[in-house]
Amino acid sequence: MFSQLRSLWEVLRHTFIKHDTVEYPEQKPALFPRYRGRIILTRDPDGEERCVACNLCAVACPVDCIALQKTEDEHGRWYPEFFRINFSRCIMCGFCEEACPTNAIQLTPDFEMCEYDRQNMVYEKQHLLIDGTGKYHDYNFYRVAGMTIGNKAKGQAENEYPPVNVKTLLP
Amino acid sequence: MARIEIDGQSYDVQDGDNLLSSCLSLGLDLPYFCWHPAMGSAGACRQCAIIQYKDAEDQRGRLVMACMTPVKEAMRISIDAEQARQFRSDNIELLMTNHPHDCPVCEEGGECHLQDMTVMTGHTFRRYRGRKRTHNNQNLGPFINHEMNRCIACYRCVRFYDEYAGGKDLQVLGMHNNVYFGRFEDGALENEFSGNLVEVCPTGVFTDKTFSARYTRKWDLQTAPSICIHCSLGCNTAPGERYGELRRIINRYHGEINGYFLCDRGRFGYGFVNSQKRIVMPGIKGQTETTAEIAENHFRNLLKYAKSVIGIGSPRASLEANFALRSLVGEANFFLGLEDAEHTLLNAIVEILFNGGIRSPSLRETEQADAVLIMGEDVTHSAPRLALSLRQAVRNASFDMAHKMHIPLWQDAAIRQLGPIRSPLFIASICSTRLDDVATGTYQGSPDDIARFGFAIAHCLDESAAEPVDLSEDEKSLARSIAKALKQAQRPLIVSGTSCLSVAVIQAAYNVAKALPAQDKQLTFTLPECNSLGLAIMNGRPLQQAFDSINDGLADTVVILENDLYRRASHQSVDGFLEKAAHVVVIDNLENQTVGRAELVLPAATFAESEGTLVNNEGRAQRYFPVYPAADPIRGSWQWLTRLENSQWRHHHALTAACASAFPYLAAIVHAAPQTDNIIKGSKIPRQPHRYSGRTAMHANIKVSEPGQPQDMETPFAFSMEGAMAHVQPALLPVIWAPGWNSNQAINKFQQETGGHLRDGDAGARLIKPSGSHLPWFGHIPPAFEPEPGLWRIMSLPHIFGSEELSLQSTPLAERLPDLCVLLNPQDAESLGVDPGDPIEICDPARNFLLKFPVNIEKTLPRGLLGITAGRPEFQPLKFLDQVTLNKANPEQQPNSEAPL
Repeated sequence: MFSQLRSLWEVLRHTFIKHDTVEYPEQKPALFPRYRGRIILTRDPDGEERCVACNLCAVACPVDCIALQKTEDEHGRWYPEFFRINFSRCIMCGFCEEACPTNAIQLTPDFEMCEYDRQNMVYEKQHLLIDGTGKYHDYNFYRVAGMTIGNKAKGQAENEYPPVNVKTLLP
Repeated sequence: MARIEIDGQSYDVQDGDNLLSSCLSLGLDLPYFCWHPAMGSAGACRQCAIIQYKDAEDQRGRLVMACMTPVKEAMRISIDAEQARQFRSDNIELLMTNHPHDCPVCEEGGECHLQDMTVMTGHTFRRYRGRKRTHNNQNLGPFINHEMNRCIACYRCVRFYDEYAGGKDLQVLGMHNNVYFGRFEDGALENEFSGNLVEVCPTGVFTDKTFSARYTRKWDLQTAPSICIHCSLGCNTAPGERYGELRRIINRYHGEINGYFLCDRGRFGYGFVNSQKRIVMPGIKGQTETTAEIAENHFRNLLKYAKSVIGIGSPRASLEANFALRSLVGEANFFLGLEDAEHTLLNAIVEILFNGGIRSPSLRETEQADAVLIMGEDVTHSAPRLALSLRQAVRNASFDMAHKMHIPLWQDAAIRQLGPIRSPLFIASICSTRLDDVATGTYQGSPDDIARFGFAIAHCLDESAAEPVDLSEDEKSLARSIAKALKQAQRPLIVSGTSCLSVAVIQAAYNVAKALPAQDKQLTFTLPECNSLGLAIMNGRPLQQAFDSINDGLADTVVILENDLYRRASHQSVDGFLEKAAHVVVIDNLENQTVGRAELVLPAATFAESEGTLVNNEGRAQRYFPVYPAADPIRGSWQWLTRLENSQWRHHHALTAACASAFPYLAAIVHAAPQTDNIIKGSKIPRQPHRYSGRTAMHANIKVSEPGQPQDMETPFAFSMEGAMAHVQPALLPVIWAPGWNSNQAINKFQQETGGHLRDGDAGARLIKPSGSHLPWFGHIPPAFEPEPGLWRIMSLPHIFGSEELSLQSTPLAERLPDLCVLLNPQDAESLGVDPGDPIEICDPARNFLLKFPVNIEKTLPRGLLGITAGRPEFQPLKFLDQVTLNKANPEQQPNSEAPL
């Protein structure tokens, strides 16, 4: 008897309490930048593709919904020939973002991805790649890595000595 | 055996071994870099530190390098002691100070020994904030990428390349912490085994350039156990596939054959599988649109309405495919597809191997030989991996010396410091070979002279063997000294083969082997193709008789299995044959001249997409399995031949069993692959590693609903990452992986002992048991070769990159092809008045122009011989042993411009 009365009271009381939910889609909630929604590929501060096609996102993905293929430009810079995410499988877990060594793959607060045709949930690189740096503005993997690319020779990365002259006789 | 105590536990280990090798053999994890089971210890990296205790009471112990410490009875050591762990962790932290931040863009990543060891020692955070040393890279040719920044100076590369493989052009440059492993200047690595640097290097300094071009991580490659098809040795390989494309080939350990190493042809010759020249659709002459069903019906009708059908087999097709063809056309109508001379030669070899009573050794056994005689072969080019083994066999004398001086065999540097003590290796060949640098004596001559020389050695060993007449004094004394060296050997080895296209050379080799007094003598032959021996055992008729039966009107339809007849016989005879045959059916995987002449072309799967059994030169039957399913409508050759209604074989194992029961010599081929009884019932062996990625996205661009995994009804493997791996025999493992060991060095976990046989046995079944009865002496000695004035004999010399049919279609190899030129003796060149590089006209004895090529001078080539690269299409009009005349050509004209090609 007492518990029934208490339940009635609780229900009545909630009539006057502020709502936790919002009237979506008329009303859009404010989402934090680190909300895990639609996945994007970003560019480094120099405007080049950040993704180096290392495959770590793909292997971290618990639903195996990322497939890509590495290729190289003429200067040896790695980038994906294709990069495909099957969003109809994606569970927005964010493991890919955590695995990414170059901050290329990032999750955004956009989650409105409904489609009538499931095939449209397959995003290729042109759908994923944005022009900006996303959440991480300064990081440029190739400034740190030792590989030679177009505008950076050996010894020109951060914290590197110039290349050794192996034929010198000096100590 | 010695009993030692490791961290309080007692173990029995091999006496005389080093501690590192013993610990790994026991399955314990101990990090290391510079030690390699095939190359012994160097003590360069200081990574395998352990604590050794003086006695049972000692609590403190001292730090020693496990790889440099021999096992002693009642030894007490600790791997887990805090000081040892700390030392190893500090050591790797130091090794890593200069290591670049490259893992995401490094081809080694995911199968990197340095990554594994770094994780194993617990070095997970970089404290060093200083600047890093850098190096410039070199262009090392089409096979190998160079990224010197990643080097940890373990010296494995030069130890393999210079000391193990006999390379000259990879050196250590620089000094102290600047050491640099590279060439003196940019350029392709010259050694034929350079590809092994990819696997030998524990970091990403040397990586596979062909793989990098279409790169995929190890965990994303679909793999199955396979056999190399580029020569007759049958090395075990692990080809990897991604997105329907063959991406790379790496070594698959086999304790008896290839061990840890492959040759560059085997490793980089796979490109033909992805080639533009692949036949991907069936073709019927005169029809544009053809499906598999139409082609199959056409094939059926051709067979049904033909007067008589003949089948031409192939030494590069599996036993099963050849057997299916033989069954289809009937025994009397089955031809081996070998040109007559080769056919006779292979028959002679089969006779000697099966009835000669002398053991044909595996590659591991050839490494044990203490005296070697090579007759008529440049093994580096005809059977490359064998050359690497023979290079090790030469070291047996220094091993014996080391044994006397109580130096353990793994003390590599100490043994090499004993000096150039070499076991005798004698080479009789047409001209200089790549093994001459370690040879005790060499002899150059025409095939007939080589045979005579062999007969002479046999006669020196045993008076009752036939003796050649009119040998020069030099030849006689060399033969005597070779006979003396061979007589003293405990495990002498005679190597011969088909390169000379001479039965006399084979017979001479047998005479020498028969005359040897040693109990453990061995005789091995290198053969032209991957299944030459298997095909020869099948006992069909030679190619010329196939031509005759069509030309005589005995048959009107011919089925050609994976065989480009234009590589076998003269242009005119093949043209006439294909012209005369009313219907020509060709089953093959690459476009070639024969395919171009066919009425019906059926697209065949390559070794990477189908299964089959091959017999290597040793007489070992081995099975290869499809790495990935053939893209429809491509099918395995055996499937095209057995899909017809009247065929009784629906499955590959039934075909294998039928083949085994049809030929007594092949009875053991059913055991070629390890038994699969102990695999958990109902579950197959997964071809894909357990971290295979992209399953729900790789085909999503075509259709978002994932297709079911392709089913494999023929083998114990699944095209999937699901299945049972727990009780799979190591010889059947598609991927070599153990927890914490992502690199190929995980093989330690699957061997009986490091560098030994695989647990539960190596793959393959030996078909040849040397029977006790010896064949009689061969006595047919050819006359000595006399150069005829104005006439030269063609010598087709095999070349590792230029001679094999399929690897010629692999793009990276094209850059390493030998120069397109003919070889001449310097005196011959002088008599013709040509200098190196001058073009020369080659005409037949009737002075009809054949070809024009530049000349190269080869000092060791005997007079009267003209050396060309065997198997190169450009030389097709020239046949081995043909006589030609030579004229100095007008150098103004472009060489080769008039060549009728």
